[in-house]
Amino acid sequence: MFPELNNLLNTTPDRAEQGKLTLLCDAKTDGSFLVHHFLSFYLKANCKVCFVALIQSFSHYNIVGQKLGVNLTMARERGQLVFLEGLKSAVDVFFQAQEKPHPLQFLREASAGNLKPLFEFVRVALKPVDSGAAGWTYPVLLVDDLSVLLSLGLGAVAVLDFIHYCRATLCWELKGNVVVLVHDSGDVEDEENDILLNGLSHQSHLILRAEGLATGFCRDVHGQLRILWRRPSQSTSQRDQSLTYQYKIQDRSVSFFAKGMSPAVL
Amino acid sequence: MATVATCGGDAVGVGSAVATASKSNVTSFQRRGPRVSGTNDSGPRLVSITGTRPSVRNGQLLVSTGLPALDQLLGGGLAVGTVLLIEEDKYNIYSSLLFKYFLAEGIVNGHTLLVASANEDPANILQELPAPLLDNCKKEFDEDVYNHKTPESNIKMKIAWRYQLLPKMEQIRPVSSSRFGHYYDASKRIPQELIEASKWHGFFLPEKISPTLKVEPCSLTHGYIKLLQFIQNIIYEEGFDGSNPQKKQKNILRIGIQNLGSPLWGDDICCTENGDSGHNLTKFLYVLRGLLRTSLSACIITMPTHLIQNKAFIAHVTNLSDTVVGLESFIGSERETNPLYKDYHGLIHIRQIPRLNNLVCDESDVKDLGFKLKRKLFTIEH
Repeated sequence: MFPELNNLLNTTPDRAEQGKLTLLCDAKTDGSFLVHHFLSFYLKANCKVCFVALIQSFSHYNIVGQKLGVNLTMARERGQLVFLEGLKSAVDVFFQAQEKPHPLQFLREASAGNLKPLFEFVRVALKPVDSGAAGWTYPVLLVDDLSVLLSLGLGAVAVLDFIHYCRATLCWELKGNVVVLVHDSGDVEDEENDILLNGLSHQSHLILRAEGLATGFCRDVHGQLRILWRRPSQSTSQRDQSLTYQYKIQDRSVSFFAKGMSPAVL
Repeated sequence: MATVATCGGDAVGVGSAVATASKSNVTSFQRRGPRVSGTNDSGPRLVSITGTRPSVRNGQLLVSTGLPALDQLLGGGLAVGTVLLIEEDKYNIYSSLLFKYFLAEGIVNGHTLLVASANEDPANILQELPAPLLDNCKKEFDEDVYNHKTPESNIKMKIAWRYQLLPKMEQIRPVSSSRFGHYYDASKRIPQELIEASKWHGFFLPEKISPTLKVEPCSLTHGYIKLLQFIQNIIYEEGFDGSNPQKKQKNILRIGIQNLGSPLWGDDICCTENGDSGHNLTKFLYVLRGLLRTSLSACIITMPTHLIQNKAFIAHVTNLSDTVVGLESFIGSERETNPLYKDYHGLIHIRQIPRLNNLVCDESDVKDLGFKLKRKLFTIEH
């Protein structure tokens, strides 16, 4: 959790909004620091988190999480965190036929599959426990990242269906949050990715877009972050609020500053 | 960064480069406390694996790519458990050279090799590996290169920053050069006894696939499935994933896959505009990375991306790999006669460096890098 980003977003773990879909996207740069931020944010907010990590291994998130002040191993043991490690599960599902449907079942199918098993996994993981012993505040789904699902052969429609189901269950029914990361291919024409990105942009309440600088690589400013607040369900009479900041990623935190106000320049 | 500061302070003279390299080697590793390991003769506290060293930035275990110049650009080396994807140059000259350096480094360090190719027998590939150079030759070379003389004999690869006025930290020398990252003579072949002493497995696609076999429709091309099963078999049987507890000495498995995605593998991504509708290659990469992450192995893949017309696909492949390096050679292009490039054989683009276990990664500050293979010298320069 980056305190500066919390200030910019005007939230704290105690009073975060519920029932929201947050879209993270990155273009020409790596936006994974946003994923680490939200993961530690929601763990600190005492939520039950289901993390579908398709691109990196558990130890990677764990080590970065420790720098940010959360212990993923302990969270997993307590039951606060349900972690689906995509890379490891892919090996399991690929080499051995599974009896019951595996969340990543589509890897075995020749034709384009759907994400129903994955949704079932998420639903079961975030089902509120009736005994009430755990006392987590609200469920959160975090996906890193959705573009991998597109590269593995799923269609944009299947992924949008999955997100729709997740939103209906988590945001509407259980009053939780959903955070997803999508890569923006930029000038490379990737129709499926564009469909996915546009579809999600219209559904989300908060869009965080990490972009590389238009002028190229810079050592002191790693990129630009655009924050866009939206109200998808209401009419567009109120204008969406948008802010732009530039950032530099450091070892344990990310510092944000207004455009052109980087400490290296001043 | 601790290592950088130490090296920068020490690396003042060229002639004393070797001496300072060893001195700063000790210093830099000492700062890391009891985690000193990576050299062959480390202390009894930590079981070290030959030819590896921990990264300064995040403690990740690194292996050398065989090219100390490239190691430096990648932040010290290639992390164990990751994939290095090399986008081939047009005629596959320099990328196969990098491929061979990677394998030769494995032989010199005693790692196990797994070579997969669809067009060349792995045994032949191993015969063509370059010969490694011994330590005592290095000292003369260092004095020569800074005087801009082409060395008559010995032959190494080295980074040479053109601008000597840049802060000293950019002149990081590959420390412990005799143990991590060796220099090779590209004109000589590796001695036969080294090959025989090493352990390697070969996967030659025409041998493994029998054409009469009835192939049932499944999610991956038959060749890819066979290769994944082969790799998984080796990893499991030889205990690279820690499943075999009797293995006393841990070792690294170096996997090299040549020309992945070419039509010889049964994939049509290079042939047609909208090929790979079955997403064979991306699924293969995903499962391969899953295998690598859970074992002590590192993989190099060369891919003829210049043949792939679907640019979105290249973006997918880049996102699915860890480190991506692109080579662009000047042969046959108009840049060959461009006076700016006349000393170089091509450009090397570092397209992606992974951020492993960390929020930041070791991106080098210079982005325009040219390489040259001048009479047995592989240099990467700004």
